[in-house]
Amino acid sequence: MSGASGDGGQASRNEGPVLSVEEVTARLGGRTVLDEVSFQIGAGDFTGLIGSNGAGKTTLFRVILGMQPLSHGRVLVEGRARSRRNPLIGYVPQKFLLDPDMPLRARDLVALGIDAHRFGIARPSRARRERAEEMLAAVDALEFADTRVGLLSGGEQQRALIAHALVGRPRLLLADEPLANLDLRSADEVVALLARIAREQSISVFISAHEINPLLPVMDRVVYLAAGRAVSGRAQDVVRSDVLSRLYGHHVDVLHVHGRVIVVAGAGQDLGGHELRFPDAETHEVDA
Amino acid sequence: MFSGFMVNAWVVASVVAVVAGVVGFFVVLRGSAFVAHAIPNGAFAGAAGAVLIGVDTLVGLAVFSLLGALVIGVLGRRGRHDAVTALALVTMLGLGALFLSLSSEYEPAVYSLLFGEVLGISSNELAPTASLAAVCVLVVALLYRPLMLSSVFAEAGQARGIDPWRMEIVFLFVVALATTMTVPVVGTFLVFSLMIGAPAAARSFTAKPALALWLSVALALATVWAAIALSYTTDYPIGFFVGSIGAALYALGRVWAAPRRRLDVDGAVTSGTQPPSHPPERHTILT
Amino acid sequence: MSHFLAPVFETGFFDSDAVRTAVIVGAVVALLSGGLGVFTVMRRQSFAAEALGDVDTTGGSGAFLVGAGPLWGFLASGVLAAGAMELVGIQRTRGRDLATGIVLAAALGLAALFLYFDTTVHDTTGAAQTVLFGSIFTITGSTIPLVAVLAFVVVAIMLVIHRPLLLSTVSPEIATARGVPVRLLGVAYLLALAFAVALCALTIGSILSTALLVGPAAAALRVSKRPGRAILAAALLGAASMWLGIVLAYDSYYWPPKGTGWPVSFFVVTIVFVIYLLSGVPGWRERRRARGGRG
Repeated sequence: MSGASGDGGQASRNEGPVLSVEEVTARLGGRTVLDEVSFQIGAGDFTGLIGSNGAGKTTLFRVILGMQPLSHGRVLVEGRARSRRNPLIGYVPQKFLLDPDMPLRARDLVALGIDAHRFGIARPSRARRERAEEMLAAVDALEFADTRVGLLSGGEQQRALIAHALVGRPRLLLADEPLANLDLRSADEVVALLARIAREQSISVFISAHEINPLLPVMDRVVYLAAGRAVSGRAQDVVRSDVLSRLYGHHVDVLHVHGRVIVVAGAGQDLGGHELRFPDAETHEVDA
Repeated sequence: MFSGFMVNAWVVASVVAVVAGVVGFFVVLRGSAFVAHAIPNGAFAGAAGAVLIGVDTLVGLAVFSLLGALVIGVLGRRGRHDAVTALALVTMLGLGALFLSLSSEYEPAVYSLLFGEVLGISSNELAPTASLAAVCVLVVALLYRPLMLSSVFAEAGQARGIDPWRMEIVFLFVVALATTMTVPVVGTFLVFSLMIGAPAAARSFTAKPALALWLSVALALATVWAAIALSYTTDYPIGFFVGSIGAALYALGRVWAAPRRRLDVDGAVTSGTQPPSHPPERHTILT
Repeated sequence: MSHFLAPVFETGFFDSDAVRTAVIVGAVVALLSGGLGVFTVMRRQSFAAEALGDVDTTGGSGAFLVGAGPLWGFLASGVLAAGAMELVGIQRTRGRDLATGIVLAAALGLAALFLYFDTTVHDTTGAAQTVLFGSIFTITGSTIPLVAVLAFVVVAIMLVIHRPLLLSTVSPEIATARGVPVRLLGVAYLLALAFAVALCALTIGSILSTALLVGPAAAALRVSKRPGRAILAAALLGAASMWLGIVLAYDSYYWPPKGTGWPVSFFVVTIVFVIYLLSGVPGWRERRRARGGRG
């Protein structure tokens, strides 16, 4: 019941898919949160996971990370079954650290990404320091590497977290709503950074968002999630009125304005199917 | 001040301070100040019970500290963490009140249990204290990396297979052990002061985690040494000095960090507006 | 009293002045603490309440030094501590546990000093017991007026601020947007809390006072999500715990091993804890049913 234009997983590079999600069904508290979701992500792909809040994005990530049991289906990471701790996956969580007193610099956060799962105290080695330094440079974080993480701005924290996830040399990077709560400029910077990482290091980037526009310029593929069901494929194939209408189960219009996409529920309804009332609405500027 | 029986006091207190500094570093990191106050109060009941049935106080302390840690860990997972901690705390104190009233000693026992009696440390307590200290430090050293990440960023740790709840339980047990050995010296009321004053100051002075840990230990040692010296010369209880010095260190740290905090207010305008989830709920993130 | 109640109430229960005073004062304190406690738990300020209780140890022992009644000491130290906590930043969530802890540490250190003076300089016996574990059966007549005044003030404050307080507890942002003086309300509430803690300390002791504030409220909130109902339930549960505790304490007078009775504060606190545990049963049963029904 998923993919309309079911992206058959034509990996864009030579190998098999980095991530293969096959008919995944997951339940939480009696509710079916994911309903036979299937898609694939190839090496170096930049894929967006789009869906409104409650659509199941975080649950899907948890499934991939092995933290959520499945009622049906399976998840393969580079051909192998998912596990609780998969060094092939790097995870960038959403929450921010706001304690300005916490004795942890950006540099330390990144260093923790190397071997936090190992017991004991890390022997301070030059190789370790240099690897952290390398990652910090890759995300343009050298300027605030020695600042406490609690003092960093939202965008800076996001970059530090990305470096933390990357330093373990993953093949797949999952980023949970990294653009939420960021101002436009920081959001664009983070997206550009992630795209560059995907390209240059051949790491597949899978980033969730509820707004598709910031990702449009760099996305190879999109997985569109609504009420537990998913459609995946190239953006131009998926983000269309007919496809999304079928996904949502009621009429949805996809409008293109100044190169941006607006998804509107048709006939005065919001995306949840509820009646909307607006005063006389004219076209308004989208590129603010 | 350094003769005969006082040597015991200096040695035991130093060992206690080292453990308090190490464990306290993580207590402050995890925002568990309340828990660090609750578990020793639970230990009070154990000591009182031990007095009642005539066992070694250390045994009573250990049993009830661990019990308290378990109750807080298990109940706190479901209910509101701070309310549960408070309830567990007072219930155990109530038990302690009962045990004390049932035994023949009362006032002096209460006082030394609550506020410590550094001169009362006999030489045969040195060995168990040192062993407990070794266990605490060893466990922390062993778990240092996963504990750091899980304490600072539970979600990122969880994605790497580090279970936040298991970390919490292990950590609570370490606090319980640290409590057991610290209570005889500083008393149940002020154990936590030794565990939070020094690290709170240390984290204000440096941003490097390893250095902050060493500094916590150093400041805890300084606190204890000053407290013993002052207590010896004035005859005032050692707890008074531990509490006051701890507060003074914290104040010093706040003053030191003041300029940085102003920066934070400005930084917060442009940064994310999402407030962090309250640390004790850490184990419910992504659960 | 009819014969079938005789086993419950030992002889002389209803004749004793001390018991009558205890029952009335205890009920008043438990009722208002239970209700106030609902806000405490909702605002996640259990540690602050606990800290205020412990700080009252300092005040109580200090009061003994100057020959004043313990309630005055509880009051003075409670208000001072509330002020200090406010200054140090208790209303901001970040770092407030640490701040609370430090205030507590300083105060407890002082308590150590005062108690030391109590025993050595003034030779006041029983100061520790009265302060730490309460004196509900030995409340002097001269304390009653102060109890009444404090109780009245607490209830008055809560009647006035409870609605905007509820809003600012649930969402400080919305409250601010509607012009509610969030910070001021917090201060007023903290003051009421300090008074309530002082009263609880009088009945069951400074270090146990939190039980009456947090326990019934936490239990009530587990069972009912509606604040109004929770407040009522908490107040009633608190009063019930207090009365049952008093009865048991009186009955225990001839119990082993010493024949001087078990402490009333022990009974009250244990009953409160049991009530809290029981309040988790409905939720536990519901979770089991949900788990079993999953297809």
